[in-house]
Amino acid sequence: MGNKQTIFTPEQLDAYQDCTFFTRKEILRLFHRYRDLAPQLVPPDYRDKPDVTLPYELIGSMPELKDNPFRQRIAEVFSEGGDGNMTLDDFLDMFSVLSEMAPRDLKAYYAFKIYDFNNDDYICKSDLEKTVNKLTRNELTPEEVSLVCEKVIYEADVDNDGKLSLEDFQHMITRAPDFL
Amino acid sequence: SCYREAQLFVEKFEGALGKGKGKKFYAYKVMMTKKWMKFQRDFENFKTACIPWEMKIKEIESHFGSSVASYFIFLRWMYGINMILFGLTFGLVMVPEALMGKPYGSLPRKTVPRAEEATAMNFATLWDFSGFAQYSVLFYGYYNNQRTIGWLKFRMPLSYFLVGVGTIGYSFMIVIRTMARNANEEGGGDDTSFNFSWKMFTSWDYLIGNPETADNKFASITTSFKEAIVEEQESRKEENIHLTRFLRVLANFLALCTLAGSGYLIFFVVRRSQKFALEGLENYGWWERNEVNMVMSLLGMFCPTLFDVISSLENYHPRIALRWQLGRIFALFLGNLYTFIIALMDEINLKARYLLPFIIFNMQLGKDEDFQQLEEEKIVKYNMTIWEASLYNGTIPENSTAPPIQVDPADVPRGPCWETMVGQEFVRLTVSDTMTTYITILIGDFLRAVFVRFFNYCWCWDLEYGFPSYSEFDISGNVLGLIFNQGMIWMGSFYAPCLPAINVFRLHTSMYLQCWAVMCCNVPQERVFKASRSNNFYMAMLLFILFLSTLPAVYTIVSIPPSFDCGPFSGKTRMFEVISETLEHDFPSWFGKVFGYASNPGLILPFILLMVLSIYYLNATSKSYKEANLELKKKLQSVRNR
Repeated sequence: MGNKQTIFTPEQLDAYQDCTFFTRKEILRLFHRYRDLAPQLVPPDYRDKPDVTLPYELIGSMPELKDNPFRQRIAEVFSEGGDGNMTLDDFLDMFSVLSEMAPRDLKAYYAFKIYDFNNDDYICKSDLEKTVNKLTRNELTPEEVSLVCEKVIYEADVDNDGKLSLEDFQHMITRAPDFL
Repeated sequence: SCYREAQLFVEKFEGALGKGKGKKFYAYKVMMTKKWMKFQRDFENFKTACIPWEMKIKEIESHFGSSVASYFIFLRWMYGINMILFGLTFGLVMVPEALMGKPYGSLPRKTVPRAEEATAMNFATLWDFSGFAQYSVLFYGYYNNQRTIGWLKFRMPLSYFLVGVGTIGYSFMIVIRTMARNANEEGGGDDTSFNFSWKMFTSWDYLIGNPETADNKFASITTSFKEAIVEEQESRKEENIHLTRFLRVLANFLALCTLAGSGYLIFFVVRRSQKFALEGLENYGWWERNEVNMVMSLLGMFCPTLFDVISSLENYHPRIALRWQLGRIFALFLGNLYTFIIALMDEINLKARYLLPFIIFNMQLGKDEDFQQLEEEKIVKYNMTIWEASLYNGTIPENSTAPPIQVDPADVPRGPCWETMVGQEFVRLTVSDTMTTYITILIGDFLRAVFVRFFNYCWCWDLEYGFPSYSEFDISGNVLGLIFNQGMIWMGSFYAPCLPAINVFRLHTSMYLQCWAVMCCNVPQERVFKASRSNNFYMAMLLFILFLSTLPAVYTIVSIPPSFDCGPFSGKTRMFEVISETLEHDFPSWFGKVFGYASNPGLILPFILLMVLSIYYLNATSKSYKEANLELKKKLQSVRNR
């Protein structure tokens, strides 16, 4: 398209295009969204690769994420330090995986990480309980919650260790019609 | 780092991976695919946006569950049917007569009689659908029996007849088609192997950016979990079979007693009212005069609650309990109606306000009616000849062909027009039914909610948890009301073409009023359950009512002579003669001969036999397909679990 932009070097843009599923225009648009969150922190010129991290509170206030019950986990999974503060790379990564162009197995991999609250590479019963409570905003009684969690483990746990491993999760989620 | 490696790898194998030479065409292909996907998605969005009231129903579904929402989906479906019926009656019957028929005042049947003229424009008269409303395209009596009208040579009587038959035929077709489609879906993929897991991990929609939508989504997820939990609890219940069976038999016995009791009560009350009428109604107060109405309404209000209490003995899955409830209330209404008719058998009271028994009553006394009507008509015709003779003042002998004296149509004496009377009764019944429903909603739900909310502070016990608390949405009552209302429309639309129009208006306002009332004044049920995926139970009841409602209309078309003085069939001995008349005049003669051969009973009976046999055959094959389907599913399950 030939419009001169001074935010990235051409190599940087190419790199971003290869690493994520976005086109040039979309990457630039995402950069502007990132910058709008904190104009004083983010420099308009990324050619010298500044090391800028936005805190989780700003990311969580984006309209796309504000109402999502899992926004904290999403930010934690995609941030480098696991604390929710994201650089531009993390930001682009996150939206790339969540976009519709990402393949299902990639999404399944990241979904597993999001639902694994204690980061032990297994989804155990307490992780499930936290998930259900976040989904229903604590409207269900504790007996109902534990019934649901037991049913989930019963349904999806193939290797019978009482918790869901990545293979169990993938085996279950790839059959789901609604997984997007 | 990892990225660097990948880049080197790609550069090495550039050609094989489609970059470089084939780049332009590849990029073009990708762009076209993207654009096509986007277009498809936009089109799907557009199609979904076109479905009326979808947002309202989704909102109700997320807060109250799929069973309450299924009522509103049913209501919307009925609205669609009524729109089509309205289109047929309006476009093919009312509009041609209004545009091309003789205008108001040109014929006696189209004019308000002199005696009623003074009150014809009053609101009270119009609300009662007499006066100007009666003598208009809204009712049967207005239509002229000219074979063709206007410069288009539009065949009015034929159109009236065909639209009447066509509305019934279309309704049958669409109900059966919907039942067949629902039956197909039910047998299809019922994969519940990962039910709970999917609910947990895939129900949140990551594209939601609006807080209100998020609220709805949370509510719907919670409701969906609760529904699934109920299903799970039901399947886990430990049943003491003997106790349960005994309790169920007991409950059915109690229900039968209730039905018998209400039937007997009605019989008793009707006999009593006949006794009152014989002794003169002036001697009795308001209760005795309206005893029958009041008793029937009270029974209709309290017996369903009684059935509800009885059903708690039975301990069924809530969905099955709903079906039993619907079936019992249905039996209650039908039983009441029939006892009413039987009690009236010996009373020839044509002015009874319950037109439903009037028509069925008509059927049973068919022969006597014929005779009575002919007698009445003869009397009127005789009166008219005397009246005409009086006009001539005896100056001109009867056999001469003098020009008729111009008489204002309002002064001509009229014959009885039972079709318009019947139509009017149906319209009045529909209107009063609508008013009753709306007032019940406003008082029963809204005022009650206001009372509970604001008087809770200064009341002795907790109004919100104890009595009366907020009301729940009564699914069975509303569904039955809708079905019976539609039955009345089907029955009456032959005599009053305005009925579908009134019903469309009523359903439209009902939708908005009930949606508002549900969200504002009702609370969800204790045990939210998932409606059955098909609505076949509602459809079956609708089909039954459709069949019952078309019987009177068909009977009158075939057996009762139309009024001689009003309507598009006046002058004929039977209404269906318009068909044979059309065949004679408008079709070539060989067509009439063929039709005559085809309608020979000797041909029709074997044809009916053939149809019955083919139904049996298709039924047998479909059963065997279903079994084969189940076998295959089981095999699939066992393969997957391995």
